[in-house]
Amino acid sequence: MRGSTTLPPFQKFLEANRAIVYRFLTVAVGPQEADDVFQETFIAALRAYPRVREADKLDRWILAIASRKAIDHHRGAGRRPMPTDDPPEQPVHDPPVRDTDDPLWAAVRSLPPRQRVAVVHRHVLDRAYEEIAELMGCSEQTARANVYQGTKRLRELMA
Amino acid sequence: MNANDLKRLAPGAEARPASRLAADSLTERAAAEGLVDVAVATMDSPIGELQVAVTSKGLVSIAFEDEHRDEVLERLTREVSPRVLEAAALTDEARRELEEYFRAERRRFDLRIDRRLIGEFAWNVLRATSRVGFGELATYGQIAQRIDRPKAARAVGRALGSNPIPIVIPCHRVIGAGGSLTGYAGGLPRKQTLLRLEGSIL
Repeated sequence: MRGSTTLPPFQKFLEANRAIVYRFLTVAVGPQEADDVFQETFIAALRAYPRVREADKLDRWILAIASRKAIDHHRGAGRRPMPTDDPPEQPVHDPPVRDTDDPLWAAVRSLPPRQRVAVVHRHVLDRAYEEIAELMGCSEQTARANVYQGTKRLRELMA
Repeated sequence: MNANDLKRLAPGAEARPASRLAADSLTERAAAEGLVDVAVATMDSPIGELQVAVTSKGLVSIAFEDEHRDEVLERLTREVSPRVLEAAALTDEARRELEEYFRAERRRFDLRIDRRLIGEFAWNVLRATSRVGFGELATYGQIAQRIDRPKAARAVGRALGSNPIPIVIPCHRVIGAGGSLTGYAGGLPRKQTLLRLEGSIL
């Protein structure tokens, strides 16, 4: 059944949601990967867009896609071959100093992907557990457990 | 560690410009993958900024800056596809022909037309209107006769008033029986500018 509101033009939907998705992904996959995963997220959304029925819940819909992409991306990154000893001919573009120098990044990166995504929803975007469960397609209990475990691990690493 | 510390990793105000850049590259990729069903761009013209919309079938709408452009985009969303994106590159051909027209270097358009915003009767009217050439004029009654509906001058006027592709479908070349310019959906000053450009009026 179609929701109470009608679907906006994709451009309007993109404008309304791009900043929060970018904010989420910057922490969930890191500033260097955020652009790639941002594109994967919105390309997936664009493919499915004409079939969307709940036009009044588009903000949750796009964050759910971004959550899946962030988790998949993390898993994919773990499977990538290790870099060889040969230095690249071109120096790799360095991210801003602020980003790499912060030990909190390393701590966040070390979390299992579902914990990491749950923690970002809770502590960066301030989402309720009920919503985190919906965004991640799990029970509220699992969402709470992921946030709890992830936060605990971060505290240990940063102590 | 305080849970709030995590917020310092997240971009604040800079998320908007950063996500704008990411959205721009997204549009390029979407266009390359054939996922843009309605490409929209704006362009300057002697009759104000124009919002041009193009689909794989052709030019589907042109809106003046003081029209309700959002309503045009919503109509495209409902009646063509919700995959409406600002993708200037896909509108290059349409914008180039319009620019040539406004520089008086083009007298007829070679663009394909997507008629999905045009109803059956209106299409008959607009097709007859398209045969009125650069520098020529026709009256509402003449158009009505040309579509074999000689008594339908008023309905012809309404169809012209709802022309979704002004300029390219030249509804500005249709005037009142007494030679008065009568009306124009984009306002009479625009009609005058277009007809002056074509040398039809002084």
